[in-house]
Amino acid sequence: MGYVAVQGGVTAIENSQKLNRYLRLKGASAPLQVSQIMEQMGPLVDRVMSEGGLFSPFHAALAVKQASGDPTEAAFLLRAYRSTLRRLVDSIPVHTEEMRIVRRISSAFKTIPGGQVLGSTSDYEQRILDFSLAEETTETQQQAVTEFEAGLEDMHDLLEPVHFRKVVEMLRDQGLVPPVPPSPSGEPTDITQESATFPLERSGRLQMLARAETGGVLALAYSSMRGYGSIHPTVGELRVGRVSVQIPHPWRKASALTLGSVSITEVEIVASVQPAEDEARPTFTLGYGACFGHNEVKAISLGVLDRAMRSPSPHAPAEDQEFVLLHTDGVESSGFCSHFKLPHYVTFQADLDRLRTQRAGEE
Amino acid sequence: MTLKDLVPRRNGFRYNFAFIDEGVKKEVRRSLLKAVALPGHQVPFASPELPIARGWGTGGLQVTMSVIGPKDVLKIIDQGCDGSVNAVNLRKLLVATTNVRTTFDSREATVLQSRHRLPEIPLRADQIAVLQVPLPEPLRLVEPSEVETRRMHSEGDYARMWVSLYEDVVQNGSISLTSGYPVRVNDSYIMSPSPLPRWDLPLLHGSEHLTLLGAGREKRVYAVPPHTSVQPLEFEDMPFTVENFSGMTCARCGSSGTFLDEIYDEKSGQASRVCSDSGFCDLVREGAIPRRGRRAHG
Repeated sequence: MGYVAVQGGVTAIENSQKLNRYLRLKGASAPLQVSQIMEQMGPLVDRVMSEGGLFSPFHAALAVKQASGDPTEAAFLLRAYRSTLRRLVDSIPVHTEEMRIVRRISSAFKTIPGGQVLGSTSDYEQRILDFSLAEETTETQQQAVTEFEAGLEDMHDLLEPVHFRKVVEMLRDQGLVPPVPPSPSGEPTDITQESATFPLERSGRLQMLARAETGGVLALAYSSMRGYGSIHPTVGELRVGRVSVQIPHPWRKASALTLGSVSITEVEIVASVQPAEDEARPTFTLGYGACFGHNEVKAISLGVLDRAMRSPSPHAPAEDQEFVLLHTDGVESSGFCSHFKLPHYVTFQADLDRLRTQRAGEE
Repeated sequence: MTLKDLVPRRNGFRYNFAFIDEGVKKEVRRSLLKAVALPGHQVPFASPELPIARGWGTGGLQVTMSVIGPKDVLKIIDQGCDGSVNAVNLRKLLVATTNVRTTFDSREATVLQSRHRLPEIPLRADQIAVLQVPLPEPLRLVEPSEVETRRMHSEGDYARMWVSLYEDVVQNGSISLTSGYPVRVNDSYIMSPSPLPRWDLPLLHGSEHLTLLGAGREKRVYAVPPHTSVQPLEFEDMPFTVENFSGMTCARCGSSGTFLDEIYDEKSGQASRVCSDSGFCDLVREGAIPRRGRRAHG
């Protein structure tokens, strides 16, 4: 087998892996701790959990370390790990009105019942490179933490869970958005248990969107906002916080067992008016997006795409279920893209043969 | 002893036999049974992520993981070659999680997983070929929508496929499709034979062995059972032809009736030809089988 250009097999692969490790470690800095990634790279860890379809900050941070910070690769590692885990039980649907909120805004109304909660955001920060970060030490770190905590009148203000009624419910009370559709009968679709078939139910669509790659859904949602579609979104409400995960109690019927909580971002998009139909009066339409962790750009994009895919007369790419859902999974698209680096000697030989035959004008 | 006990520990952790969970295997096997019952029909399956990237053989890998047992003998090739990096990598994963015996000799294998080739020596009834498929839908050429292609298959509505082949002939003088040439299976479904070169299609027709095809990213499995007709699409006055290697011989083993890859010398740039099936070529060089002068089949 001495003639295959990309070969050397076992030794070559092992050496390549050794080189990876060497390049990651050869610098003089101390090895990156998984806890540092968990604590100081929250949005990256959140993104990897969301795209990896597994809520576990530790495993996501470990994947980030192993992937040297590449989010797509880290999500891939997490998904492969997820395949080895036994599925024990289906959790009970989460009611997000009961979310313990750390941030909540509405761009539809200036004031909302319960008030806007800005929470942590870089939205209003000037994006100026902060060179003092290059000089950060354990001392400056502790000083900043102590100063912040001393400035709080009551630490509980920050930690106390807050529950608010949803903004969209106010509009619903006035009949301005359609009533909540009845829950579909039967089990929701689970695209990790069976392959998606089209047209896909909304539960399956929202699940695929929740695991989709942030950049991918952003690009398609942006196309819809910018001109290839007519959604014109308003952020009715954007919430970030923690929701409890509960399962049916194993032996006490009709009671639930709380396992813990996960952090999510949830968005309700109020979109263009749905014209009057039959006797009903016109209403706004809604788009819904939810994903693991704190990832607002992704959640808003999901809300826009959810609404776009329900257009009564689809014409733009972002309104086509198959187009959106089959092309935004980062693990699948990056895997297929990189497979073109594999040898294609046989297939290319077949192409060469065909071209030469056609150039010679024979068959 | 359980199957799992056969799997060596790695960093103190032991994965299930053949990596994937038994529940997943059961689902893949059910889908495969349906696929065998409906030759050439694409059966959806869940296709969870593996530690190998999508597009690198995850469909074939899940099929192999679902059918392999501790007594199987495994051969894995990529574009005909056992030593190609991806074949080495997939073999490493399967050996690490099953501990099965592997071989480069296609005659010894009971399960043969391959990307883009079948071995030159026709397989027997006691052998299973598992093919890795990137794009399982032959009608994707003429129709981007999955809803629409599934309707076309279920109604046997292949008119647009035939028209596209006709247009190809009008524009290019012959059908330009090369590897993955569409075939009609059991006089029913049109199927994409993974990207096998045209050369390998006669090996699928009325074969002794079972062929299982897995597309991981697209989440489809399909099958060609033994003794099933596999007919490349052709027109009466424009018969299907395979790649033309007439007058060429392998620079390593001297065979002339095999699929030949074109290689260029690293220093002189001189072109020569070698067998794409490295296992076959090595057997000829070792004197284990005679040099091939002309292909017996097809």
